[in-house]
Amino acid sequence: MTNTKTVSAHPRQGIWGRLQSASIERLHIRLESLIVLLILCVAMTALSPYFLSVSNMLNILLATSTIGVLAIAATYVLSSGGLDLSLGSVMGLSGVVGAAFAVNLGAPTPIAVIATVGAGALAGAVNGLIITRAFVPAFIVTLGMLGIARGLALVISDGRVIYGLPKAMVYLGQGRPLGIPMPVLIFLATAFIMHIVLAFTKFGRHTLSIGDSENAARTAGINVSRHRFLLYTLSGGLAGLAGLLFSSRINSGDPTAGLTYELTAITAAIIGGTNLFGGRGSILGTMVGALIMGVLQNGLNLLAVQSYYQQMAIGSVLIIAVFIDQWQLRKESRV
Amino acid sequence: MSLLKIEGITKSFGAVSVLHGVDLTVGAGEVVGLVGDNGAGKSSLMKIVTGMYTADSGSVTMDGEDIVSNTPGERRAKGIEMIYQDLALAKQQDVASNIFLGREPTRSILGMQFVDGKKMRDEAQAMIDRLGARLPAINRPVGSFSGGQQQSVAIARALTFNPRIVIMDEPTAALAVREVQGVLDLIRQLKREGIGVILISHRLNDVLSVTDRIVVLHQGRAAANLVTAESDMTAVVSAIVGGGDVAEAAAHELSAGGD
Ligand SMILES: Nc1ncnc2c1ncn2[C@@H]1O[C@H](COP(=O)(O)OP(=O)(O)O)[C@@H](O)[C@H]1O
Ligand SMILES: [Mg+2]
Repeated sequence: MTNTKTVSAHPRQGIWGRLQSASIERLHIRLESLIVLLILCVAMTALSPYFLSVSNMLNILLATSTIGVLAIAATYVLSSGGLDLSLGSVMGLSGVVGAAFAVNLGAPTPIAVIATVGAGALAGAVNGLIITRAFVPAFIVTLGMLGIARGLALVISDGRVIYGLPKAMVYLGQGRPLGIPMPVLIFLATAFIMHIVLAFTKFGRHTLSIGDSENAARTAGINVSRHRFLLYTLSGGLAGLAGLLFSSRINSGDPTAGLTYELTAITAAIIGGTNLFGGRGSILGTMVGALIMGVLQNGLNLLAVQSYYQQMAIGSVLIIAVFIDQWQLRKESRV
Repeated sequence: MSLLKIEGITKSFGAVSVLHGVDLTVGAGEVVGLVGDNGAGKSSLMKIVTGMYTADSGSVTMDGEDIVSNTPGERRAKGIEMIYQDLALAKQQDVASNIFLGREPTRSILGMQFVDGKKMRDEAQAMIDRLGARLPAINRPVGSFSGGQQQSVAIARALTFNPRIVIMDEPTAALAVREVQGVLDLIRQLKREGIGVILISHRLNDVLSVTDRIVVLHQGRAAANLVTAESDMTAVVSAIVGGGDVAEAAAHELSAGGD
């Protein structure tokens, strides 16, 4: 892992360089990702007249909302120098737990909602505890949780979809106040709050500093293991929220929900400018990243490309985004 | 009365026993040099003082109060600051973020606490100016600075919150001659302000010129505790290498001058 955290030795030069800096410093968004999003939209408009319609825009946002919430979680964990591979599985588990509470146990909606998000937070807390107390690497712990949470979701649901959520719960997924889908509203509100927290609070600054240099954070008196524990719990809780958005939209707890979503979420965070090795990340950037993934998927759908190919596209985008990042750092550190 | 008192510190890393009962005291306005060979345990001893490492036994007191059970953050709040040998900076963050890391000033907006970025930048700039350091820009990631500039940021971080004890671990290792003089002047200034300083350095000339006392670590013990005014290069080098014929080594140190 060379050049992972290299910082450019010079302020960026030229118009392009200055635009890049301004975009990152003022908007917390990588200029390249904004441009990619723009190009994607222009290309889609040219390819499909339906693309630019309001209803399709809302569709994209709706389709992005679940992944978007997961991508916010990925941004927090990655920028702290951690990794959460269990996002998709924990999302699936949460949806099933919530549905089991609501349908099998007949719990009222508020309880079922708390159970959904709480199940995610609990799984995240388990990740955090093992990572910070037993010193097992995050890669291994969350990979293990990926399997455990998925298996548990199948056990709880007996491998079947738990169908028929209460009306109030379904409203969270299918309601449309002012014509805007509820999941979109919840996603945007979550992104707004999480952006403020990451960019403007102690918790957010400490998150980035821990990811930048755990040693620096420790010498500064920050309780690093407590902070990491909270981050994994937060990540799990957000996965639970994603599970809530998804299950209430499809009116059921599906034990296979969120399969491979961690791939898309981490990709969105990274093309949004999150440093894979920690120290840098912004929710606004991740929003752009999530929208790129959403438009890409929407476009491939409109063009009737088989979903098998979509997986391949997402995987390729991830590798290419990290390649460009590393290539730029390498180039800059050679100046 | 001494401000910081270290007594009987022992420390092993696995099978490697590094410190075997070290004593050291620092008073207010006193500058103590801590010298010894590479691997003598100087940095480890100081990390035990800041709470980064836990001693196997022994006590650390500040104003007579035992601080062994305090976290690194609590010890900083009591006025113990250290400039680490590796600087311990967050390289992708800017100057202000590093100086205020862990102690960000906050501002309440709608009942929520937000980091006061403007106050941080203003105070960071004031501190950098006070130190007379020259940085390209305060809003750049510190990783883009030269070694000396990064050192300035680490020093500023240690001095911003009115410390009572400042521990400097090889603070001049990355510096040019002019900058070294700046650090030595700074140490004299801290002394005038009544701050206790522990200086770890291989540059014995600097140590002899700026300290009141010199503690020599040798084979895990404080082998010597010399009053600088009554001591000289030969005595210090002799203690570092553990006695014997040191004329040659001392002569070498002297001829090396202020390297
Ligand atoms: N975290 C650590 N883990 C294992 N060994 C360590 C650690 N820190 C220091 N040591 C060992 O302790 C000894 C003293 O190191 P150090 O305190 O850095 O000495 P000095 O600062 O005097 O050069 C060395 O042998 C070093 O390898
Ligand atoms: Mg050392």
